Amino acid sequence: MRGKFGITMTALAALMTSAAVAEAGEVEVLHWWTSGGEAAALNVLKEDLESQGVSWQDMPVAGGGGTQAMTVLRARVTAGNAPTAVQFLGFDITDWAKEGALANLNDIAAEENWDEVVPKALQKFSKYDGKWVAAPVNVHSTNWVWANKPLLDELGIAQPTTWDELIAAMEKVKAAGKVALAHGGQAWQDTTIFDAVVMSTGGPDFFRKAFVDLDPEALGSDTMKEAFDRMSVLRGYVDDNFSGRDWNLATAMVINGEAAFQFMGDWAKGEFLNAGKTPGEDFLCFRFPGTQDQVTFNSDQFAMFKQGDTVSEDQAALAKAIMSPSFQIAFNTVKGSVPARTDVSDAEFDACGKKGMADLAAANASGNLIGSMAHGHANPAAVKNAIYDVVTAHFNGEYDSETAVSELVTAVEIAQ
Amino acid sequence: MSVSETSGRAGRADWLRDALPKLVLSPSFALVLIFVYGFIVFTFYLSFTDSRILPSFGLVGWQNYTRLFSLRAWDIAVKNVLIFGSLYILICCVLGLALAILLDQKIRAEGFIRTIYLYPMALSFIVTGTAWKWFLDPGIGLEAVVRSWGWTSFEFDWIKSSDMAIYTIVIAAVWQTSGFVMAMFLAGLRGIDNEVMKAAQIDGASNWALYRRIVIPQLRPAFMSAFVVLAHMAIKSYDLIIALTGGGPGTATELPATFMYSYTFTRNQMGIGAASATIMLMAIAAIMVPYLWSELREKK
Amino acid sequence: MATAAATTNAGAGSAQVIRTGAGSRYVIYTLLILFCLYYLLPLYVMVVNSLKPLSEIQAGGMMALPDALTFAPWASAWSSAQVGVEATGLRPYFLNSILMVVPAVAISTVLGALNGYVLTKWRFRGDTIVFGLLLFGCFIPFQMVLIPMARMLGLMGIAGTVPGLVFVHLVYGIGFSTLYFRNYYQQFPTELVRAAMIDGAGFFTIFRRIMLPSSGPIAVVCIIWQFTNIWNDFLFGASFSDFDSQPMTVALNNLVQSSTGVKEYNVHFAGAIMAALPTLFVYIVAGRFFVRGLMAGSVKG
Repeated sequence: MRGKFGITMTALAALMTSAAVAEAGEVEVLHWWTSGGEAAALNVLKEDLESQGVSWQDMPVAGGGGTQAMTVLRARVTAGNAPTAVQFLGFDITDWAKEGALANLNDIAAEENWDEVVPKALQKFSKYDGKWVAAPVNVHSTNWVWANKPLLDELGIAQPTTWDELIAAMEKVKAAGKVALAHGGQAWQDTTIFDAVVMSTGGPDFFRKAFVDLDPEALGSDTMKEAFDRMSVLRGYVDDNFSGRDWNLATAMVINGEAAFQFMGDWAKGEFLNAGKTPGEDFLCFRFPGTQDQVTFNSDQFAMFKQGDTVSEDQAALAKAIMSPSFQIAFNTVKGSVPARTDVSDAEFDACGKKGMADLAAANASGNLIGSMAHGHANPAAVKNAIYDVVTAHFNGEYDSETAVSELVTAVEIAQ
Repeated sequence: MSVSETSGRAGRADWLRDALPKLVLSPSFALVLIFVYGFIVFTFYLSFTDSRILPSFGLVGWQNYTRLFSLRAWDIAVKNVLIFGSLYILICCVLGLALAILLDQKIRAEGFIRTIYLYPMALSFIVTGTAWKWFLDPGIGLEAVVRSWGWTSFEFDWIKSSDMAIYTIVIAAVWQTSGFVMAMFLAGLRGIDNEVMKAAQIDGASNWALYRRIVIPQLRPAFMSAFVVLAHMAIKSYDLIIALTGGGPGTATELPATFMYSYTFTRNQMGIGAASATIMLMAIAAIMVPYLWSELREKK
Repeated sequence: MATAAATTNAGAGSAQVIRTGAGSRYVIYTLLILFCLYYLLPLYVMVVNSLKPLSEIQAGGMMALPDALTFAPWASAWSSAQVGVEATGLRPYFLNSILMVVPAVAISTVLGALNGYVLTKWRFRGDTIVFGLLLFGCFIPFQMVLIPMARMLGLMGIAGTVPGLVFVHLVYGIGFSTLYFRNYYQQFPTELVRAAMIDGAGFFTIFRRIMLPSSGPIAVVCIIWQFTNIWNDFLFGASFSDFDSQPMTVALNNLVQSSTGVKEYNVHFAGAIMAALPTLFVYIVAGRFFVRGLMAGSVKG
């Protein structure tokens, strides 16, 4: 038995040596884009690299908007078997850069002039300690309203531009026996709305003070209580069956005229297009009332893991390919987001895409491009999730606004 | 390997004969010692450190524990595991026993029915989660179907309610495991010594009395095995929650396993995650050690 | 098959004694069939929706039978659905899972049998404590071992490989396989082993000639248990695999969990059923031995 066990172990060891090390001319990419459109768009990247003689080893792990992939990443890094390149969101990049795990992309960035073309707000995440550590693929903005145009026309509702107009519009929809607000009761969706509501209620400076600086005074302020009160108001326009609903099912409610509005990031556009709807005719996309000048964003970026001291040629090739305008256009037209560089033509994009690109450029110029709190671009994961807990408990009626504000202050403090 | 070959050299043969069983057992024991108990010690240590995204070794005393106990989500998780665990174990046992007794009445197509009861155990919740979610959803599932049949006041919206959602978790969990428990009880019933029953029957005992007084007491070992399997499943329930409610509505269906995963991996607060794992292990030990002790000692 | 199980134990079994009248038999059958419905419902939802076009699902009526029957979702899930960058369907991942499950189940069953044999027939001081320690290992929450296990796999040089996955499942399968075999062998007459020892038979000879031939039923229980758990595992499969060793469950998860794309529920359900077919197959084929195996040992004190 002893002998048998020994043999087994030797066999195991022999088998492994063939697979563990990534060889020259290969990149192993950990990502969570596995659904039809976006995976197909990523395939463009793969083919680009293969035409340069770099083979793509696909390591997709979907689930939880990337959290599952982050768990896998931690196991792989701990095992000393990090993938070549990894898809990241927001603060995860900073966290891993702090661990000294990410490769320095400064040479490529200088060569390709990233400093000029990438918005400064994104650079906050792409750079650590003055060094480029990640290449951004896209910019999603999260403060969009999606509306069913025929339904609004039928009820004589104009596109609302203020909070009061929004409420009046929703009141009309409700009175007509339709669902005013299509929403899925999941923590991240509740908080996506909260993000927009806080921005609209308190403005960008308040938003930054509360969610970026985590200033207890701002978190505990009357403005924050007002934001929670507005959440309670919105709760009144959601149907009874909202809890746990996936976001795309909520989108479907707007598409088929069951509901009038949904507050969701620009990925919702894909659902409309897939259902054969045309922006401007069948559905409207506009900024959440009161946040017309702001763009709250999240950005998918790829970082390269250190394998040896320098960036390998394959990693460099991948980083360049990601930042190439042709890939940025091909990918973002499918994904619903907009390119992460501001010097790309908008010719290929639809009306909503064009608006998104124009908004991004304007917000970038006026300092109104702000990381979304709900999507992990305002504060680290621990704080973000602590805020989730409070927002979702309040939205589900477990707290009144007063309690929610004081819980928010405590939860953020504990999480830091 | 073979003992007989070395029989000439008596001393060595004796030594080998004595040592061989322990040698055979030792790889398993070594593996468990390192990969279970080593890791438990490691986790215990982590729970006193400032670990966040990856393990780190700066000691912070009891801070993780004080934070853990101040978290509302942890209170909810503990309360839920008590509700979920006790209902799940109780219902599985009762239902499993009832089905086993019914199926033990020389039923036609027993094998077929048994397979239907057993098959849920073969499926993971990644697979069945969506189906359950739909079925429990009042908009499209049971409630909608019953209403479409004409009973328009019918209500079944537990999964949407903070107070009731945990019970829908119980329903799905019972669905998965009760067939397995049924098989364990069925096996127990088939192994019962029926001489005593015959005697009691002659004395005029009813079927009900036969089961209550004679059969069920004899199933004690089956109850014990079922308890071990069920307790183990109750504590480890994770996929189920994620697939069915994702911990919601709000945080109403958080369980310690989901709490631990979320703090360790999603929230990058590995220290608090380790503290919750430690508490969880202590709770498991508090239940299992006395049980194992009594079971194993009896058999000596 | 049920009668076969019953007759092997003539003189035992409560059913030999209990008599039921026609009326109560009617009630019994009704109850049994009602429970069949409860157990079959989720499967019904899955099967029905895997045979519908997506438009029909989106239009509502998810509980209804398909209007336009289609097998396209099945074909898509098998060979053309997007589960990563390439549209490969689930097909390539089956092999990965099988390469992982077969050795892991085989080795843990053999180890369990040997351990059970030692713990019951070659007892030594402290053997009960050793068994208790092995058994308590079953209860360790897997989320907790992820990081330290990754470190150990890295040190052993088997991180991200199929052998690495086999190893992990082996380690955490030992507890239950030992439990099953130990309880089973405990019923086995020790006198036979003693007699063989006196005849000069060695440790492995006794195991091979005396213990193994009668271990069929419990081996089935152990194999079913291990196969189900390992095949359905997601956490280890995702964390300890590489691009070329990802098992089925990870691919299924990629198919089902895509966060920002159109959800093709019909394809998801087809894929889900497909992924479950091997375990279902094992249950249906080996199920008849399952109760017999449980009965023969593991639940008797």
